[in-house]
Amino acid sequence: MDAYDILGPSEQYIQGDKACVYGALIAGCRFFAGYPITPATEIAEEMSRFLPKLGGTYIQMEDEIASMGAIIGASWTGKKTMTATSGPGFSLMQENIGYAVMTETPCVIVDVQRGGPSTGQPTMSSQGDVMQARYGSHGDYEIIALCPSSVQETLELTIRAFNLSEKYRVPVILMMDESIGHMREKITIPKDVLIANRSTVDISYAYYRPFRTGYMHATKIPEFAPFGSGYKTFITGLTHDEDGFPTTVNPKAHSDLIKRLSEKITDNIDDIFYVNNKHLEYAEIAVISYGISARPSLAAVNMAQKLEKNVAFINLNTLWPFNYEFISELSKQVEKIIVVEMNMGLMYHSIREAAEGRCDVVLVSSLGGRVPTPKDIVEMIK
Amino acid sequence: MISNDEIYEKYIRKGTMPTILCAGCGNGIVLNTTLRAIDELKKDIDKMVFVSGIGCSSRLSSYIKADGLHTTHGRPIAFATGIKAANPDLDIVVFTGDGDCAGIGGNHLIHGIRRNIDITVIVLNNYNYGMTGGQASPTTPLESLTTTTPYDSFEHPFDLSMLAMAAGAPFVARWTISHPVQLVKSIKKGLQVKGFSFIEVLTPCPTSYWRRNRIRDYEGIYRWYKENTVNVKRAESEPDKICIGELQNIQKKEWTEQWKELVERVSK
Repeated sequence: MDAYDILGPSEQYIQGDKACVYGALIAGCRFFAGYPITPATEIAEEMSRFLPKLGGTYIQMEDEIASMGAIIGASWTGKKTMTATSGPGFSLMQENIGYAVMTETPCVIVDVQRGGPSTGQPTMSSQGDVMQARYGSHGDYEIIALCPSSVQETLELTIRAFNLSEKYRVPVILMMDESIGHMREKITIPKDVLIANRSTVDISYAYYRPFRTGYMHATKIPEFAPFGSGYKTFITGLTHDEDGFPTTVNPKAHSDLIKRLSEKITDNIDDIFYVNNKHLEYAEIAVISYGISARPSLAAVNMAQKLEKNVAFINLNTLWPFNYEFISELSKQVEKIIVVEMNMGLMYHSIREAAEGRCDVVLVSSLGGRVPTPKDIVEMIK
Repeated sequence: MISNDEIYEKYIRKGTMPTILCAGCGNGIVLNTTLRAIDELKKDIDKMVFVSGIGCSSRLSSYIKADGLHTTHGRPIAFATGIKAANPDLDIVVFTGDGDCAGIGGNHLIHGIRRNIDITVIVLNNYNYGMTGGQASPTTPLESLTTTTPYDSFEHPFDLSMLAMAAGAPFVARWTISHPVQLVKSIKKGLQVKGFSFIEVLTPCPTSYWRRNRIRDYEGIYRWYKENTVNVKRAESEPDKICIGELQNIQKKEWTEQWKELVERVSK
């Protein structure tokens, strides 16, 4: 059975969490492992309902560490896999997210952000985890994190998350927030969606080396041999050579490996980085936001346009990898960048770093689950 | 019976030899007996996955010429659960240690058993954290000396096989490396059981554990395992000894079979 056969009418009025499930199923996700946590629980609930109908697998694990382990293991059977959580669970997943980076395991992690640190505000919205998405696991690495600001975008970016994960063999994190997860909006289920699948091994076993790149294809991404395919692949989180065997005290082997793992992302930033801009051409001021706070930001920009201000709106749908060149160019054009975030200023730091003092960078911060109002932002434009 | 040379030729990744294991370590015997059991059952090694955590025990997966997943510390049962649930056609063997399985990964062990997913877990219990130099583990016997119990250990150790039995594992067996023939038989049974099989092997760590605890020759170590264990059939007469043998063999519905039934029911 196809995902479209069970999702119902092409236009629906649903929650963001459910739209995420729709996107995952359309993208080909057939394995979900998770653990209940507010405000992401609805994703697990919907998955447990839909996956058996598609011949997929749903399993509730004993904690988020196990959930992350299970989706990595399942991904090595060749399936597209996902888990969903919120702040406390996302913290628990970090070690295994690093393992997925090191072993180049495609998988999607959804973090429906709530107020933190610690148990914080389980039912309130936040954007406090964006740095944890980037730097949460130990060691040097690059990762992809996408951020939707509507229910429709949630569906579309979930598909994109799977596509990027398959293409680059990297865990992709979908950074939702409680407001987006629980908000109901009208969606249109897209048809004829572009679906990417991981590139698989097609050479004989004698020539197979699991982590050799640039041999069959001119990329820094190795080809994938699922468990059970006879290629006898050994996977380890230890620093490894092209054969996948541990090589733990050779500085060159480690440096070559982590540089390749990073470069396979940064070299392709033009393919990965995607933002939604409005009125950028003649802008003197730019408002940058993401997630739910992008909504009042756009409203504020529209209000300012009526006041004949040349203000641009940038919806940062791709949080990581961070596009320094994009912000650098922007800082040469505008006099001021206003960063709107529901944290104490996190992306603000990267934006200020990329602007290198060429323009003012100011922060509109909102905490405690309060979504900033257009008025808060218009004040800064004036 | 297959010879050791034949096992080496057929199943070992030459590039990973020699092993990192110390002289006198029992882990090689566990590797040998596991491969022997697989060979005797005529298993297709290309449809098997060897999953392991972190520690000396967990290096075994890298030595076998087959698919292998050397995971994070304590989590091999969680990863193995994902593999088996996603592709029930694969046979999964988990190599884990006392620190990996009973310390950091204890929760995954009891939930793997509760779920009754069809994997074979071989726990190499060497009474200490060997790879990090011999710290006390959850199975370190009372009054042992380790690098973190320099005045002797007073924490009560886990009896892992009893724990597995209490959690409801369909198949539980415990042997020492002094019982290779019996161990091969139990691993064969474990691989054949449809459900969670738990096989505990008492294996010596001469470098880190026994060196600090009275016995400093291999013969003495092996004699200790013989003298301090008793077969389950005679356990009542010697209650102070460690009970070895086939400890549990019960029938229970398995996770992937139940999931398959559910899929058939709801996709009608």
